Amino acid sequence: MDTVTEKLQAQFPDAIVDVYEFRGDVTVTVKPAQLVAVCQFLRDDPETSFKYLSSVSGVDYYPASPRFAAVYHLYSHQFKKRFALKAFCASDDLPVLPSVVPVWSTADWHEREAYDLVGIKFSGHPDLRRILTPPECEGYHPLRKDYPQEGY
Amino acid sequence: MNSAELAPKTETMLLNLGPQHPSTHGVLRVWLELDGEVIVNADPDIGYLHRGIEKMCENRTYHQCLPLTDRLDYLAGTANNFGFVLAVEKLLGVEVPKRAQYIRVLLAELTRISSHLFWLGTHGHDLGAMTPLFFAFREREELMDLFEMVWGGRLFPCYLRIGGLAADLPEGFIEKAWDFVKKFPERIKDYHNLLTKNRIWIARTKDVGVMTKEQALDWGWSGPMARGSGVDWDIRRDTPYSSYEDFDFKIPLGSNGDTYDRYLVRMEEMVQSNLICRQVLEKMPSGDINVNDPTVILPPKEKVYNTIEGLINHFLLIEKGITPPKGEVYHAIEAPKGELGFFIISDGSPHPFRVKVRGPSFINLSPTKVLAKGRLLSDLIALIGTMDIVLADVDR
Repeated sequence: MDTVTEKLQAQFPDAIVDVYEFRGDVTVTVKPAQLVAVCQFLRDDPETSFKYLSSVSGVDYYPASPRFAAVYHLYSHQFKKRFALKAFCASDDLPVLPSVVPVWSTADWHEREAYDLVGIKFSGHPDLRRILTPPECEGYHPLRKDYPQEGY
Repeated sequence: MNSAELAPKTETMLLNLGPQHPSTHGVLRVWLELDGEVIVNADPDIGYLHRGIEKMCENRTYHQCLPLTDRLDYLAGTANNFGFVLAVEKLLGVEVPKRAQYIRVLLAELTRISSHLFWLGTHGHDLGAMTPLFFAFREREELMDLFEMVWGGRLFPCYLRIGGLAADLPEGFIEKAWDFVKKFPERIKDYHNLLTKNRIWIARTKDVGVMTKEQALDWGWSGPMARGSGVDWDIRRDTPYSSYEDFDFKIPLGSNGDTYDRYLVRMEEMVQSNLICRQVLEKMPSGDINVNDPTVILPPKEKVYNTIEGLINHFLLIEKGITPPKGEVYHAIEAPKGELGFFIISDGSPHPFRVKVRGPSFINLSPTKVLAKGRLLSDLIALIGTMDIVLADVDR
């Protein structure tokens, strides 16, 4: 198994929900409650050293439930290694995840985008506003699967 | 009149920069709160060019997504195609033949030079230097002629295909590319003569937009922006893709993390890209340009016209499209502006379930409020120029 996953399992035995490997990429699904602690650990531990957050992608897995998730792609310059974290929102009606802005400042715009397009609320985000669509699009999140491709 | 009315006004002023403004490189609007000429707060308002490319991809076959990626960073169309086809090929688990890999690298590096030339011209022009624009566009025009030979257009290539290339290089291209590669290093000296020791240029760029190494990582900067701050990282070298490990090149680094350092980094990157092009041209292998997989690559035309199997194969690939296995992949490449990543979720159907584009311009622009705070309004123009943003890449 991947060394980072092993480290995470040792450190956070009850936070890991799933480990997924595909084409050499490892994605670990964690419980949202421990997401920030896991991120903090991955950034600060000298053996993982994920100082860089590549992207945060909001995903709508409709019709599956839990429906909404955010995928965090990390990179460690020191070990030249990529790693992905995933966290599912507990509620399908009011999706909320903790914000990782305190860990990586770059999450600011990534999370605003995920909020705007997928409608995941990030609690603790310093300035959660729409970013790509106009503010008057209240209630609409275009990347949701129930949002039509055309006709709006 | 009482004394309160006579006292100097101390409140701040709100100013809109853009969305229609030549110095914002497109439809970028910045909300500015100014105290005299000093910026108290700068809030970029983006989204004027949001076309919902990620949503559009969900309703198209993988091949139909390709022309959409041209329109992300339109100054470096091949780089976007490159990122997307590599991500899909990773999903499919196929690797294209060596010749296709080399041709892709050659075109990606020529695109990098063309994108950097555009940056040099416009950045210089924003800060009051007119001549670099003409010099840089002179060479960019030669590159555009080269590109036109290959894909028939200037900006939107769509020449790279999933599993290979649309066609082999046209006759006479290699010779013309050699001409360019040989004379380009001399031309870079001209740009240096114009700017590098220019007092006005130094005054406008030195110590403007300073980002430390730690800050650059924290804010997710990549590409020349991060390297200007001394982050020794280049995806081409550290996690090589498409045979980049076959070529020797240096990664230029800055030390102060200011606009001037980023200028020097990009100038040197053009030299290094030119060096890579030279090596590709020297080592160019012969052979196939497409993977030998009829579920990915369209059959040759003589088969389509003359055999029933070829016709069915062609019809299926056009009507239905390719069907990658179920899975989630993230693949990042070193685009001219930084890390360009594609996160693709496939549910096993011919349409991607979700495509997320991690555009470098979007992230490079995000620390504007931190960098502009306390600086003069004119420094903001230098900042937008050094970030080398393309709004189509920011808004997607």
